[in-house]
Amino acid sequence: MTDAPKRTPLYDLHVELGGKMVDFAGWEMPVQYPMGIMGEHNHTRTKAGLFDVSHMGQVILRGEGAAEKLETLVPSAMTTLKEGKARYTFFTNPDGGIMDDLIVANAGDHLFLVVNASMRHQDIPHMAKNLDGVEVTEIFDRALVAVQGPAAENVVGDICPAAREMTFMQTMVADINGVECRISRLGYTGEDGFEISIPEDKAVEVCRAFLAHDDCEPVGLGARDSLRLESGLCLYGNDINNSTSPVEASLTWAMQKRRREEGGFPGAERIQRDLAEGVSKKLVGIKPTGRAPARAGVEVQDADGNTIGSITSGGFGPTVGAPVAMGYVATEHSEPGTQVNLLIRGKTQPAEIAAMPFVTQNYKR
Amino acid sequence: MTTYYSEEHEWLTVEGETATVGITQHAADQLGEIVFVEQKEVGDDFEKGDDIGVIESVKAASEIYAAVDGEVIEANGALEDNPGSLNESPEGDAWIYKIKLTNADQLEDLMDLDGYKAFIG
Repeated sequence: MTDAPKRTPLYDLHVELGGKMVDFAGWEMPVQYPMGIMGEHNHTRTKAGLFDVSHMGQVILRGEGAAEKLETLVPSAMTTLKEGKARYTFFTNPDGGIMDDLIVANAGDHLFLVVNASMRHQDIPHMAKNLDGVEVTEIFDRALVAVQGPAAENVVGDICPAAREMTFMQTMVADINGVECRISRLGYTGEDGFEISIPEDKAVEVCRAFLAHDDCEPVGLGARDSLRLESGLCLYGNDINNSTSPVEASLTWAMQKRRREEGGFPGAERIQRDLAEGVSKKLVGIKPTGRAPARAGVEVQDADGNTIGSITSGGFGPTVGAPVAMGYVATEHSEPGTQVNLLIRGKTQPAEIAAMPFVTQNYKR
Repeated sequence: MTTYYSEEHEWLTVEGETATVGITQHAADQLGEIVFVEQKEVGDDFEKGDDIGVIESVKAASEIYAAVDGEVIEANGALEDNPGSLNESPEGDAWIYKIKLTNADQLEDLMDLDGYKAFIG
């Protein structure tokens, strides 16, 4: 990318807080603050972390039958998504691969979508082109932040009492310090928490109010990655991409029964075939037995040294206290407990197929 | 005893024909929290520029490059159980190797402390 990286409305605040800024998907984002990745990770698991996710794309879909039309691009049920509720889904391509994953919220008179930063340029035209009669509006004047962790309810609830009453995957418009925000009880850390869309000129003010809480500290992209990995959540581009089907990616749960049976989304033929006949490889958790972290690209072998797959995300899991990874392996080796070997820098290191998530998810049901 | 520094952020404290080798505090700070160190074994020999180990932090894996030719005479085993000590005292207890220098002339290419401080600015 030759363009200078873009800055979110919180850029100056990140710098003020000592954020170490890096280019991520064309955005200048904090990878960590002085607390460090490990400290920020642990703080999020035990108290609360504030994350800037303004680089992600916020999109509004408006128009008659928008939910029904969106179903032609995603394999999840959208027409049955109740007002005030959000759902995880993904755009599929004609080959049944995943083009991007996203969150769709039913905001009553419109749908509110959040897509990956790196895929905004693809997703917006994709919807504009294929959703006939639906107005697709990308939002550029709002920040998006996440408050995650067991203390998130107090951090957000202290200045927005209505947030306390929300349950997992609920969304609403609420007043925070006199600012109209969209608040959704979800996130990507495996912890309870909220994502909050804030008008850009008020974003710093609202974030300062969150940070004023004793339990809330800013958290960068480094810990965001280790938190989502421990929680078994896929990173688009690493763990899922245009060639992986949702069945291979163990995302069948996100495709509701009616959609699986009726199809009517791109690549339905392959996905229905994968569902009926099974898949040859599956995304699984992989836990190295030793201390060496296994990162993306590491080859997975069976006991006889045959290649059976590869790691797509991996690193050190601070909460687990050991390395954790996920990757694709041949289905016959995908049962938790299966012993495998990882080829790390030319040496084989023992590992075990593990159930995901690696840590218990703490959602407010 | 003289301590030398390399542009790859290693230090070498030389005593006669042997040297103790580690990474600088600056390097450790840049790497972030260190969670794993892969070391060569006693008896392994190497040349200047060779990859003689890997340091894994929560962020990424980074190679350790040999600043001079030599042979490993001791690897600090304490790093296996406590890789985080590399963040605490990389220029003290958390040394990585003791080596035998096989081409001491190469030390002339390295920096002294003032030179290194200027180098990292």
